[in-house]
Amino acid sequence: MSAHGSIPVLRIGSTLLASIQVELRDTIADAFQEDILQTIAKTGATGLVIDITGLEMVDSYVGRVLTNTGRMATLMGTHAVVVGMRPVVAATLVRMGFRMEGVLTALNVDAGLALVSELIARRHGAGR
Amino acid sequence: MTVLSSENLILASEDDVMLARRKVRLLAETLGFDPFATAAITTATSELCRNVCVHAVKGTARLEQIGSGGRTGIRLEVRDEGPGIPDIDRVLSAGQRSVGSLGLGLSGSRRLADEFRIETIVGRGTVVTVVKWKRPT
Repeated sequence: MSAHGSIPVLRIGSTLLASIQVELRDTIADAFQEDILQTIAKTGATGLVIDITGLEMVDSYVGRVLTNTGRMATLMGTHAVVVGMRPVVAATLVRMGFRMEGVLTALNVDAGLALVSELIARRHGAGR
Repeated sequence: MTVLSSENLILASEDDVMLARRKVRLLAETLGFDPFATAAITTATSELCRNVCVHAVKGTARLEQIGSGGRTGIRLEVRDEGPGIPDIDRVLSAGQRSVGSLGLGLSGSRRLADEFRIETIVGRGTVVTVVKWKRPT
């Protein structure tokens, strides 16, 4: 387990679970992105679930950091899913015209972990 | 329209941006805004105040509780003496991809607010005003 600021990153099997529990400062958001990518490289994680249940507000900056982190992880070969977006956060992002393109989302941590497992299984199946 | 309360804020750092959006959220909650309207005005505040710190380095904000014809609202005026924004119409109308963070912050704030006004003079600075009204219950 590692932590940047106050964002703990837990390992569940070959999947990393990062749970953002506090209001994200820009500097912490940037550090989080770097930390998570380094952790993926170090651990060889095949899945990444970013839990944003704790975020009351996601503006375009934080939205971009989350989207880019997911896309960067995907580029590295890790299945990334952002989970737990609150209804008001989803509504606000859509209303302001923000597109969270290139990253998967799921309702909650359970659904996110299930989706990651499914994607990993599918990749292995396709490789056979 | 009546101004019922007013507070001035300095915008020079990330801490100031966080403080501004906390104050706006608190005011919206205190006035009984619904959660979606609270998120809208809080997010618009974050976008506008961040734009000041990133593009103009520093500025000020005035946060007001306003009333008009039995309605209650929040007005935020964000002011800077930065470079100004040439071609503001293009910045406001363009999508996320073509104009980057400044454009999305401004066009997003306009979409989230009930009223939006921007005055910008190249080389002099920018003033953006947003208003969010409490929905009648």
